[in-house]
Amino acid sequence: MKKRTLTLLLSAALCVGMLAGCGSSNSGTADTPSPSSNPGSSAPVQESKPATLSGTVVTNGSTSMEKVMGSLIEAFKEVQPNIQVQYTGSGSGAGITSAQDGTADIGLASRDLKDTETGVTQITVAKDGIAIIINPENPVADLSVEQIAKLATSEITNWSEVGGNDGQVVFMGREGGSGTRDGFESITGTKDACKYQNEYTSTGEVIAAVASNPNAIGYASLSAVDETVKAVTVGGVAPTEETVLDGSYAVQRNFNFITSEGTPLSDAAQAFVEFATSTDASDLIAGAGAVPVAK
Amino acid sequence: MIIPFTKGRLSAMKQKLRPLELFMNMLFFLCGFITVVFVLFITVYLIISGLPAIREIGLVEFLFGTKWASTASEPSFGILPFILTSIYGTAGAILLGVPVGFMTAVFLAKIAPSKPAAVVRTAVDLLAGIPSVVYGLIGMMVLVPAVREAFHLPDGASLFCAILVLAVMILPSIISVSETALKAVPSEYEEASLGLGATHIETVFRVSVPAASSGIAASIVLGIGRAIGEAMAVIMVAGNVANMPSLFASVRFLTTAVASEMAYASGLQRQALFSIALVLFLFIMLINVVLNSLLKKKKG
Repeated sequence: MKKRTLTLLLSAALCVGMLAGCGSSNSGTADTPSPSSNPGSSAPVQESKPATLSGTVVTNGSTSMEKVMGSLIEAFKEVQPNIQVQYTGSGSGAGITSAQDGTADIGLASRDLKDTETGVTQITVAKDGIAIIINPENPVADLSVEQIAKLATSEITNWSEVGGNDGQVVFMGREGGSGTRDGFESITGTKDACKYQNEYTSTGEVIAAVASNPNAIGYASLSAVDETVKAVTVGGVAPTEETVLDGSYAVQRNFNFITSEGTPLSDAAQAFVEFATSTDASDLIAGAGAVPVAK
Repeated sequence: MIIPFTKGRLSAMKQKLRPLELFMNMLFFLCGFITVVFVLFITVYLIISGLPAIREIGLVEFLFGTKWASTASEPSFGILPFILTSIYGTAGAILLGVPVGFMTAVFLAKIAPSKPAAVVRTAVDLLAGIPSVVYGLIGMMVLVPAVREAFHLPDGASLFCAILVLAVMILPSIISVSETALKAVPSEYEEASLGLGATHIETVFRVSVPAASSGIAASIVLGIGRAIGEAMAVIMVAGNVANMPSLFASVRFLTTAVASEMAYASGLQRQALFSIALVLFLFIMLINVVLNSLLKKKKG
């Protein structure tokens, strides 16, 4: 009996300590800039946001967004140490569903909402540009999305068919489960149909392999492409951050937060959305290999 | 007179050292126990995490299915391509590596003068110390393009490259174990052979090598173990597509199947990767059992 009292007392003391901790960090985070520029969001903007919030934000969805979410969550901990942001990678479809049925505060989707997916809105956090890379010796400079798809599925097997030298096309990519692979295959409409010559476990390996084979073609995150390979223009548009942002570069997709239209976001979730769409997060998103949309 | 004295002193020392002795005994026991615990833990963990996927997919479908498409909309999990690739790759590496390694061992143990032998031995030791990722890197940057040029292939990353890299990687274990076995042959055997009029080479191949055969066999099994368990070097030169194995095709080994997809795997795909690891573990256990029985035969 006595022991229990002691335990209770101790936990009470702990709670007080925690609250005190909250109080002291108030002043610490008060001057952290968190502009509520929040394009595309229909969620009501918080009027008087307390400097320190606590709670849990459940996010669930796209595995492609894992890296972006990882760095966002890590940095958000610094800003709001008492908000726990959880991430579960289950796929874009599952992410949208979880936002619809309320099992997640924020659903994550690496594609735009379809017309059939109602009751939710999307907030584009970042864009993911995928560069189509070939060997610098290859004279081909421009490909259309259809041509890329045909090269990937071995419908076109010789480079001469797309204006290059005579040589068998060698298509290289990432391993099953990779977000870049998923992105490439879904954008070019080649899901489960790609005929890979080689599969690599990292973007760096794909680039090295393409750089060493004159007939190779592969794909890589835009941010990882270097001068050892040539990124082809797609439909005449070169892959750069600008063309990805203005939407003219075709091989790209949106990283979206999916929020419910019916139930408003919790304060904690709202704070996370604002953080993710703020300019503070831009460097983090760029560091994770995506193109930030916040200006 | 001396014996009781010594005995008395020893027991006196024993009395004095007992607590320390006991402590050290415990420490050694603990260290030995840790190893056993790790082996048991890994075994149990692999079995527990490897079995669910096999149960869900079906043992026959899993082991003998020829199609691996873990992330397709209708996934299929057949690992026969990986099993066959691992077997072919290892066999190929043994086929190339054993003759070279064996001859080097004979050269080092029986033929070479001491100076050249020392040079070769140092080279072998250095070869053993090179990290596998370096083998892989050199294979990727030098061997793969060279194979592409030499055989006019669309791309060089293939089973063939993996075999070449593995053959080099298993050389040190084959050489050093075979050499030790050859050196352990009693010189009386060889002297008798030479005394009967056999030449040096005849003696080596008719007397020394048969006498060291179990040690040489152990070296081969060790090489097999190293080849089948290698992942890093192989993942960089083999192409990693789940094709049925053929010499110049891009292939995926058991080890690389686990390594390449683990990072982003989820659900049944992840469980199936554990099942592949379980299969690989069984292979390596089998090789260890063979190795142990060979070494026992050598002693007996």
